[in-house]
Amino acid sequence: MPDSIVVKQLNAWFGEAHVLRDIDLTIAAGGVTAIIGPSGCGKSTFIRCLNRMHEVVPGARVTGTVLLGGEDVYAWDPVLLRRRVGMVFQRANPFPTMSVFDNAVAGLRLAGVRNRSRLAEAAERALRQAALWDEVKDALGKSGASLSGGQQQRLCIARALAVEPSVLLMDEPCSALDPIATAQIEELVHELQTTLTIVIVTHNMQQAARVSTWTGFFLLGELIEFGVTKELFRTPKDPRTEAYITGRFG
Amino acid sequence: MSAGSVWRRRMTSRLLSALAALATLAVITPLFLIFGFLLYQGAAALDLAFFTHLPKPVGEPGGGMANAIVGSLILLGLAAVLGLPVGILGGMYLAESEDRRLPGILRFLADVLNGVPSIVIGIFAYTVVVLPMRRFSALAGGFALAVIMIPIVLRATEEMVRLVPASLREAGLALGLPRWKVALRIVLPAARPGIVTGAMVAFARIAGETAPLLFTAFGNRFWHHGLDDPIAALPLQIFAYAVAPYDDWHRQAWAGALVLIVLVLLVSLAARMVTRGRYGVAR
Repeated sequence: MPDSIVVKQLNAWFGEAHVLRDIDLTIAAGGVTAIIGPSGCGKSTFIRCLNRMHEVVPGARVTGTVLLGGEDVYAWDPVLLRRRVGMVFQRANPFPTMSVFDNAVAGLRLAGVRNRSRLAEAAERALRQAALWDEVKDALGKSGASLSGGQQQRLCIARALAVEPSVLLMDEPCSALDPIATAQIEELVHELQTTLTIVIVTHNMQQAARVSTWTGFFLLGELIEFGVTKELFRTPKDPRTEAYITGRFG
Repeated sequence: MSAGSVWRRRMTSRLLSALAALATLAVITPLFLIFGFLLYQGAAALDLAFFTHLPKPVGEPGGGMANAIVGSLILLGLAAVLGLPVGILGGMYLAESEDRRLPGILRFLADVLNGVPSIVIGIFAYTVVVLPMRRFSALAGGFALAVIMIPIVLRATEEMVRLVPASLREAGLALGLPRWKVALRIVLPAARPGIVTGAMVAFARIAGETAPLLFTAFGNRFWHHGLDDPIAALPLQIFAYAVAPYDDWHRQAWAGALVLIVLVLLVSLAARMVTRGRYGVAR
């Protein structure tokens, strides 16, 4: 089941640098929310606050509230939280010492699931969900690192899906991929939104317009505007949003 | 660009390539010289008896170093059992710890330990193992070798774990795995080829150590009867035979040296084959 995300007065720092300022935002359960903005605007930091990966960096600090399905995530054990909030990174990062199969079920196996048939089921389900099954079903024993870039990224998506999260965070998942692989990932995002809440960071505005229902525009650590994607792109309320989406800066 | 400058660039390139090749040759030549000389001097004394028989008393021809070969393997095994876990886990700590001061201090101390002369480490093992047990023993020898091994393995592990990309750690954490599991199940396997290389360097170093064994393992002209017994070791036997005034002992010392070097080679090869992951690439 997808979960909603409510963010209240979120502030984040790297050491002395104040990278997120007073973010207030509500992300509905299910559907795709895109986060856009120029480099260094805090959009990656924002989604890394949602699964508490921000605080993994030495010197990083967070204040404010993040509610996932109504529960305060900063009161949770981060390990349990991250099983509910999956993440896909900018560069595909399959585990190089594991096979395709082992990569897909890494989250389950390393969390203690030993049952072979359950692992096999989970692997097939996750790889199908990630639209990778047909391409790798005969090569499940091959190294995860031997796949192409786009396949590796979908393998990482499968790996995140295998633990059955309710939210999937995607941090510029296509920025290292060619247009065909990008189209595959976008189609995947489109299909997954019925079962998951997806938050996707992108510096590609066309992509945001194509895949998302809602869009948030970040600039210099602040949330400038948040709304329905079509409206935000067609009739931006803030002049800074308009300047960015018409390509006058960023 | 003029033809002259192209020609000059090509000549410079060729010159530097030739210099680099020459330097490589200079580095590996001693290795082949040593190996060739050992073969020349030692091969004559190598026969089956060398591997299967105990040393003969002075004056009797023949005999072998079976006890020393087995002894060396046991000492290496003991050192590995005592030293590898400490070195590898310690190296993981140095690379993964978020503490600001302690890792720096430990790193410095490990480097100091690495520079301590091996005879001093022998005295240390004598004091903490031999004196309380009131006897020379294989254990004391293995302990001394482990102490030499630890800083080498520690630093090699640290370097290799640091080379594992941060993106793999993040991927593990984002899957909802606790840090210790990410370190042991994801980072450590990714660093394994490098750690094995580091362990092999340490093995090669301690396999030839003589000084720390002089008053720990002590040497033994017969089979040992347990790990709390003095035990023979190839370097000790080589030393004893090389300084003795008998020609056939000298020949056996050469043969012993040859066996020692081949032993190190075989242990390295075996370790590489056994620990190579399915997708591991030797570094």
